[in-house]
Amino acid sequence: MADGVDSQRARSTSAELYRTMRLIRRFEERAIELVRSGVIAGGIHPYIGQEAIAAGVCAALRRDDFITSTHRGHGHVLAKGADPARMLAELAGREGGLNQGRGGSMHAADFGLGILGADAIVGAAAPIAAGAAWAARQAGSDRVATCFFGDGAVNQGVVFEAFNLAALWQVPIIFVCENNGFATSTRTEDAVAGTIAGRGAAFGMWTRTMDGMDVEAVLAAATEAVDRARGGHGPSLLECLTYRFDAHHTFEYTARPRYRTTEEIEAAQARDPLPRQGARLPEQVREAIDAEIEDLLTEAVQFALDSPHPDPSTALEYLYADSTPVRAGVA
Amino acid sequence: MPNQSYLKALNRALLDEMERDPAVCVFGEDVRSAATNVTAGLFQRFGPQRVLDTPISEQGFTGFATGAALAGLRPVVEFQIPSLLFLAFEQIADQAHKLSLMTGGQARVPVTYVVPSSGSREGWAGQHSDQPYSLFAHVGVKTVVPATVADAYGLMVSAIRDDDPVVVFAPAGAMRRRQDVDFAAIAPVPLGRGRVVRSGDQVTVVAVGHLVHDALAVADELAALVSVEVFDPRTLHPFDWPGLAASLERTGRLVVIDDSNRSCGIGGEIIATAAEEMRLIAPPKRVTRPDGAVLPFAAALDRALQPSREQLHAAILDVVGLGANGRGAWLDRDDVNGADGSWTNQVVGVPRG
Repeated sequence: MADGVDSQRARSTSAELYRTMRLIRRFEERAIELVRSGVIAGGIHPYIGQEAIAAGVCAALRRDDFITSTHRGHGHVLAKGADPARMLAELAGREGGLNQGRGGSMHAADFGLGILGADAIVGAAAPIAAGAAWAARQAGSDRVATCFFGDGAVNQGVVFEAFNLAALWQVPIIFVCENNGFATSTRTEDAVAGTIAGRGAAFGMWTRTMDGMDVEAVLAAATEAVDRARGGHGPSLLECLTYRFDAHHTFEYTARPRYRTTEEIEAAQARDPLPRQGARLPEQVREAIDAEIEDLLTEAVQFALDSPHPDPSTALEYLYADSTPVRAGVA
Repeated sequence: MPNQSYLKALNRALLDEMERDPAVCVFGEDVRSAATNVTAGLFQRFGPQRVLDTPISEQGFTGFATGAALAGLRPVVEFQIPSLLFLAFEQIADQAHKLSLMTGGQARVPVTYVVPSSGSREGWAGQHSDQPYSLFAHVGVKTVVPATVADAYGLMVSAIRDDDPVVVFAPAGAMRRRQDVDFAAIAPVPLGRGRVVRSGDQVTVVAVGHLVHDALAVADELAALVSVEVFDPRTLHPFDWPGLAASLERTGRLVVIDDSNRSCGIGGEIIATAAEEMRLIAPPKRVTRPDGAVLPFAAALDRALQPSREQLHAAILDVVGLGANGRGAWLDRDDVNGADGSWTNQVVGVPRG
């Protein structure tokens, strides 16, 4: 099932990187519309502004490599190759969704693509990703795992437990910290002592900090980290400096918490990774990609809307791997 | 037939499953040196790739096992102390357990967590003496508590072969058991199936783990007075409700002895389910640790908070109407119970259920 080096290279072209970022950006914008219209319950954590990280890192990965994602995970799942239509159907809680509507925005998974799922507990997926990578190596495979997390996760003990295990056992994993400046509304400098990169170095991991708004820079660092992991040189930590343009979660549209100014957001938007990458392409190419993405997402939205709602009588389906009996809430 | 220990049963089950299935591997603190002896000989036999000493980082290695399971392995994780499960609870209850449903059935997490010497070890004090099996049953993690040497083997094998996370509690009070068994002849004990350990027709005693042996001893003591049936659920989740219902059809009376804290322990769930759905002709009773108990260090204090044979003895007599708070007290309660053919109206001596 592994795709070859050629298709990996194909995904790494400037146009493909732009395409992935454009897909994520427009996917999120369409999803926000669907949150506002009530099609998507529970809201989402938009990835807007951080697209270069998912696009750059996943372009360095093979189809059969593992990733774990976060509550802000749409970008990772799409960049790893998940079908946007099934992803949108998942957000809408439909049977046609990646998880048949059982996971939603914060838990999208596609095991066929190595997407072990987004995780809504900050940092909790770090040891899971490491364990998957270790097991793959035990099986004689050269698959690697990538664990995405935010700056908010770097104060979770479980993340350091995972760093230690990964470094100790030379696990083929790339830890990708998306430092977007905020853990919800708390600024990184108000929460993190020392440096994030220093925390990777403390475990003897190959660690790089880069401009997370430049997809080519992310790809270059990720490629090096993936090569190291695949070559048996152990784990890496990539700290990608970025900024979240939109809300922590769409609840902010109504709750309107005050933790940053419009000026600050606008200043960050001047570094928007999307036009930056777009400028590296001929206008014609860019426009063709934009048009293609619009068509793709129009179809995806339609697919999601047409997909049936799950039957309430199946609410406990998949709770166990077998037919373990489960009592109803009333006898 | 060789006389075997409960500890040996766990060890032999691990060894046999590792021989049978190369996907089985072991994670834990000091598993190579076999500090608890559960993993004795495994490192020598299967080597460093399958028997991994972990740093003291319970959340980390518990999650690591989940990831390894997602990628096709079948890890067994040992916790030397039951309270360590509190550290790993997020990774078990919120991650390993939830992944199957949340991913729409894509994830399989065949991990076994084994907890040798759960409960009081006499003199290990507050943070080494918990018996948290009810927590796992509550959140829906498959939970087994073998009472006997044979079941320790048969349930451990089933736990390892199960495609879901399973916690195996091996109570300290059961680890001392010995039994004449031939491990090679023991079939895996299916999860969710209890066992009538002793037949009787006047009262059912549901006993969990090591307390099965206390229940059998008390049943013997009372044999001249009361016919006690002892039911060992073996698995707490999924619980063998049909098995319990069948026993109560025979006896109509219920006492539960459970090493959980009283409030929200599995004993309360067993009583509630029996009251709602099964045949009861007398008010049931449970014998448990006190509410929210923390076991104190001093031996007498430690014992004072554990469910005891004396408490069980008294509870059985009460339920059959022979206790100090027995028949008379029930008859006084006719007015409370009303005119609907309630429990107390039917007590005359100790009728057959």
